[in-house]
Amino acid sequence: MLNVGKIEEGFVLDHIKAGKSLSIYHHLQLDKLDCTVAIIKNARSNKMGKKDILKVECDIDMLNLDVLAFIDHNITVNVIKDGAIVSKKELQLPKELKNIIRCKNPRCITSIEQELPHIFVLADEKKEIYRCKYCEEKCTETL
Amino acid sequence: MRHLMSPLDFSTEELDRLFDLANDIEANPGKYAKACEGKKLATCFYEPSTRTRLSFEAAMLNLGGSVIGFSDASASSAAKGESVSDTIRVISCFADICAMRHPKEGAPKVAADRSSIPVINAGDGGHQHPTQTLTDLLTIRSLKGRLDHFTIGLCGDLKFGRTVHSLINALSRYEGIRFIFISPRELMVPDYVTEMLNEKNIPYEEVIRLESIMPRLDMLYMTRVQKERFFNEEDYVRLKDFYILDKAKMQLASPDMLVLHPLPRVNEISVEVDDDPRAAYFKQVQYGVYVRMALILTLLDIHVG
Repeated sequence: MLNVGKIEEGFVLDHIKAGKSLSIYHHLQLDKLDCTVAIIKNARSNKMGKKDILKVECDIDMLNLDVLAFIDHNITVNVIKDGAIVSKKELQLPKELKNIIRCKNPRCITSIEQELPHIFVLADEKKEIYRCKYCEEKCTETL
Repeated sequence: MRHLMSPLDFSTEELDRLFDLANDIEANPGKYAKACEGKKLATCFYEPSTRTRLSFEAAMLNLGGSVIGFSDASASSAAKGESVSDTIRVISCFADICAMRHPKEGAPKVAADRSSIPVINAGDGGHQHPTQTLTDLLTIRSLKGRLDHFTIGLCGDLKFGRTVHSLINALSRYEGIRFIFISPRELMVPDYVTEMLNEKNIPYEEVIRLESIMPRLDMLYMTRVQKERFFNEEDYVRLKDFYILDKAKMQLASPDMLVLHPLPRVNEISVEVDDDPRAAYFKQVQYGVYVRMALILTLLDIHVG
């Protein structure tokens, strides 16, 4: 079994679906942060069988929780201070996503006006459906 | 400041007030003849649509206002590459209210976000055409006296017809509505529409033939079945006559059933039906002007005593 040491200050993203950690690393733009990051793949989990974990040594404000919630709002976000978990952040589906996903509807105005932001709004929280703010096309993309 | 992007932008209570105003305009046109004096409507039509544009222009002229605009993208700055956001900011300096039609879905929403004047969506691709839906609702309410407790048949191209989807959405907010969808299998209503009806427990039936259900209808909303929508010529030839409303089919209907159609019609309603008192599609065009007049007054917040 592989051991990864605990972090002093930062956050631990737990209960990531196995295999999803690299995608999250990419979408949270962790590659652009000058801090220690541990990516743990296929860790044993009683709840999930296998899971991924990300440990990041940086300030929590540097994390885009909206992106994370859109990817999977069941991920547990543990905030670490002085080597211990001080709080757990609950993720909620963001009401709006700006320039995170692109509208793929070729008939949408965003397809011809390049400078328009791609904005998706949460149309149905229960079914987790996002729709383009302009053409209302359902988002089928997952990150 | 309010805009109109979708027929659902207004609550049913707000729609009632809008339709009351439209009916008052119908009864007392003289009272409103100078209501918009000194106001300008800009009709920004990035694709041709003569009827909708003329209806908006007639509405504004009936209110004593004036009209500016373009009726083709090639005659506007869009041809030079100007964005919708920039165009509406310029138009906002010229006019008091804007009706916009655009082939791209969501273009009027982009305009509304940047505009300092009310924007009315006059049709954006296959997405929304709210003033057509308001026209349909006003016609039904005016001729039937209510918008609830009836059976409406929708016939023809129910898959691609945006007016149909929009009308179903709008009517699903009223009590006691039963839908009967009459179309070939290729052109049945999309799943998201039937899912919405299932969720709201609104009864509907899907049938292929028009004749059998005619006696049960309080209203029949006809649309055109276009040849190019069919997978093969054989199916088109086999089915096209099922969806042509003629005198013989009208004999099966109740004496107070209404026939509606968003127009233009091609051959889906025989001209012999035009003289039938139940044919309401030309009255519908007239109600389209009244509802646009009421909408202009409402969005400009003009009250006539």
